Amino acid sequence: MDNIHIKVSVNHRTYERDVDSRCTLGDFLRHDLGLTGTHYGCEHGVCGACTVLLDTKSVRSCLLLAVQANGKKITTVEGLAHKDGTLSVLQQAFTECHALQCGFCTPGMLTTLTELLAENPSPTEAQVKSAISGNLCRCTGYQPIVDATILAASRLRGPLSPSPQ
Amino acid sequence: MEIVDSKLLAKQAYIGARTLRTEDPALLKGQGQFVDDIKLYNILHACVLRSPHAHAKILSIDTREALRLAGVHAVYLHKDLPASAQKRLPLNTPNAAITLVMTQEILASSEVCYVGEPVAFVVADSRYIAEDACALIDVDYDILQATSDCADALKDNAPLTHSTAKNNLIAKLPLSYGDIDRAFAPSSIVVKDVFSQNRGSAHPMETRGYVAEFHKATSQLTVWSAGQAPHLEKKTLIDMLDWDPEKIRIIMNDVGGGFGPKAIFYPEEALVAIAAWNLNRPVKWIEDRREHFLSGSQEREQYWNIALALTHEGKIMGIKLQMIHDNGAYLQWGVILPYIGVTTTPGPYVVPAMDVDLKMVFTNKGPTSPVRGAGRPQAVFAMERILDKAAQMLSMDRARIREINFVQPEQMPYNVGFIYRDGKAMIYDSGDYPQCQQLALDKANYESFPKRKEKARTEGRHIGIGIANFVEGTGLGPFEGATVRIQQNGRVTILTAAAAQGQGHKTTFMQICADQLGIDLDLIDVIAADTNAISMGIGTFACRITVTTGNSVYLAAQNVRDKVYSLAAFLLQCETSDLEMSNGLVNVKGEPKRSKTFSDLARVSQGIPGFSFPKGVTNGLEDTQYFLPSQAAYCNGTAVVELEVDMGTGQIQILNYVMGHDSGKLINPLIVDGQVQGAVAHGIGNATLEWMRYDEQGQPITTNFGEYLLPASHDVPRVSVVHLETPSPLNPLGVKGAGEGGTIPAAAAIISAIENALDDAEIFLKDTPMTPQRLFDILRKNKSSTHH
Repeated sequence: MDNIHIKVSVNHRTYERDVDSRCTLGDFLRHDLGLTGTHYGCEHGVCGACTVLLDTKSVRSCLLLAVQANGKKITTVEGLAHKDGTLSVLQQAFTECHALQCGFCTPGMLTTLTELLAENPSPTEAQVKSAISGNLCRCTGYQPIVDATILAASRLRGPLSPSPQ
Repeated sequence: MEIVDSKLLAKQAYIGARTLRTEDPALLKGQGQFVDDIKLYNILHACVLRSPHAHAKILSIDTREALRLAGVHAVYLHKDLPASAQKRLPLNTPNAAITLVMTQEILASSEVCYVGEPVAFVVADSRYIAEDACALIDVDYDILQATSDCADALKDNAPLTHSTAKNNLIAKLPLSYGDIDRAFAPSSIVVKDVFSQNRGSAHPMETRGYVAEFHKATSQLTVWSAGQAPHLEKKTLIDMLDWDPEKIRIIMNDVGGGFGPKAIFYPEEALVAIAAWNLNRPVKWIEDRREHFLSGSQEREQYWNIALALTHEGKIMGIKLQMIHDNGAYLQWGVILPYIGVTTTPGPYVVPAMDVDLKMVFTNKGPTSPVRGAGRPQAVFAMERILDKAAQMLSMDRARIREINFVQPEQMPYNVGFIYRDGKAMIYDSGDYPQCQQLALDKANYESFPKRKEKARTEGRHIGIGIANFVEGTGLGPFEGATVRIQQNGRVTILTAAAAQGQGHKTTFMQICADQLGIDLDLIDVIAADTNAISMGIGTFACRITVTTGNSVYLAAQNVRDKVYSLAAFLLQCETSDLEMSNGLVNVKGEPKRSKTFSDLARVSQGIPGFSFPKGVTNGLEDTQYFLPSQAAYCNGTAVVELEVDMGTGQIQILNYVMGHDSGKLINPLIVDGQVQGAVAHGIGNATLEWMRYDEQGQPITTNFGEYLLPASHDVPRVSVVHLETPSPLNPLGVKGAGEGGTIPAAAAIISAIENALDDAEIFLKDTPMTPQRLFDILRKNKSSTHH
């Protein structure tokens, strides 16, 4: 197989590797870089567990090839916590609302919702549900994830910001 | 066994509290260790070649080209396996009624019996290469006639699922109690119908997977598995590999959901182990989603032909039931699944007599085993639907017909009449069914629903309400054990083989232990899901872990507390009653400085070389308990669902979902609420979306998440949970299982509500899933028949 040289920034760290041209981005992150927080749940682009941020947009790392990420900035679930290792506002809200059970879909939920909160600091429940409509979760029944996102949004806006709706 | 906490010493700081899960931080930061996250030096990757045919003879297999591919290390066929692994898998749950035993082979030797059956196993440098090599294997098949529908498979001259068998019948189980002739006397009213539920799959977001490592120096074999039952897997692997039981270890780190199908032993686990041993290199196999559709265990395809006899006042007299269970191609859990189903039928109602004819049938489709609910959703669907039909016939309110038939709290313990699958009388231990339904109805504003419905109709909207009740045997035996140990560093460790797949067991066990030892959670570590942690275990299924392991932790921690007190009393020269304990420190009451830490005591209890213990002092601050439940602890619940049907598309929208739920004492309500919400989501999938379809030749036609729909965020409403906490008298914590209750009545309640929304159309819905397409077709047919 053909190996191609790529350079990517993942969670603010630069990596240069030779990759098989057919290697998916998710496999590259997981197996070449050892960043196993990104999970494969379906490998056909439906479940959303493998979602990462490419620059600022959410993408399915099972449907992208690693070579397509050449020169880009990638954020994975490993890059979401504060630098001192404490949980981000969204991660903290997830634990408080019991928004994860097995934790397998969680990385994709967190990256998808990080994108949402960056674009829309005051999402409604319906907007949160739309944002995660391409992320399957078999454990939680989704509602705690919605609750966590609304809670995180309100904390991120600060006490004086108007609430949505 | 006397099972009361006679000492009542525990302060109730954690038990009953909405404690945040200790599992969460690592999972939220992407630091979980799921099986595919394990990376070992020199590891190889595997792929399984599977049968593309539902039924065929294997004439020849040519692996030469695959073996020539660079990076391929081995290709295994049936003939290449060790003799012990050429046998069929053992049947873990035998039953005398089974007349045709056919379990799966690790790799098919001469005949494949479902699409997805493993035929060859390729090991290569990467999964990419292993998949390439699979495509290069040439298998010559002689395609045979296949069975697909289980009722058809019972007919004379039906094709044979297994060409060596005489027919497709696995077992015929007559089960009955009471005077059925009296129940069906001419004076009784009889309501009957035939119900069906289709196949679905559990679809945990993490598929199956195994990593095996053989340690040549010690002949140790370690297997990491994305499973539910470490010791069950270990026992099967010992037999399949003819291995020294002391030199095999199964570990389940983080597991990404289970819901039943991960509780059984699959051929790939033996294959990974054999390859790791044979090649002397670690081997990993991770299932992809398409393989999960083909070879992960499935459930729910059954026909229920039920006749209900009632008095003119609506009192149940008896039930006649003929049930056909589609087992798929191979036996996995014996008769357990359909047995649970039929014995769930009476539910919370007094049913004086039952006559059951149960037939289990082989078909050329993927094998079945319990999926969240385990046969019960089908039973509840048949029973609750036939009660709805009876209510309509008698012009009774649907809540009322249920109310007058409930087993009353003062009848507890209540002997249902059946002999349960453990061979003992089926006895409900506790519960308040009338109150549970009433609380759920009140929460759902059931009384005022007719007004809402009338108002909706004036707006051209069709809304309906449905009710369904269930009783579920949880916490089944024989046991699950736990060790509680105070370490020399003063920390406390809980060790168990019980495996979690997202249920938050570690937090639950910590809460139970913390209260017994007067410590905070951050002083406790849990080692779970490891066969080296404790010598025996069964597995996680049937809502059994909080009952079994939870009570083992409780009892062991109390015994450790007694040891702490007696050792401290000896060292501090006082009576145990003079002592108090908190935060890992034991001191004489009122004298904080006259104290010993857990670390001090643990070190003393570990002994000093050459020094004998004084009389009365025992070694180690640890205790191991295997709580042995005498029978199931029965949880119960009521689902009340209000929804709207879009008459133009058949789409439903759930407006209000209430779940009355009694799983006994709640250790962590946050976790239990999550279990109920998640289980309801699964039930909504069963009721309205999920349909694993096969064609008439057993060819699966839904093998990805585009063709098979799981509930997504828009499909699941917020569930209002009303808890009752009727403690089980059968275990010291008073707990019952809570993982499946939300799923069990969902289809019955949702489909009742759909029907209620369409009640001027006079249709009776008998099948699940009621997909929008199916409902649309029913509405269209109904429209055309009323117009012509």
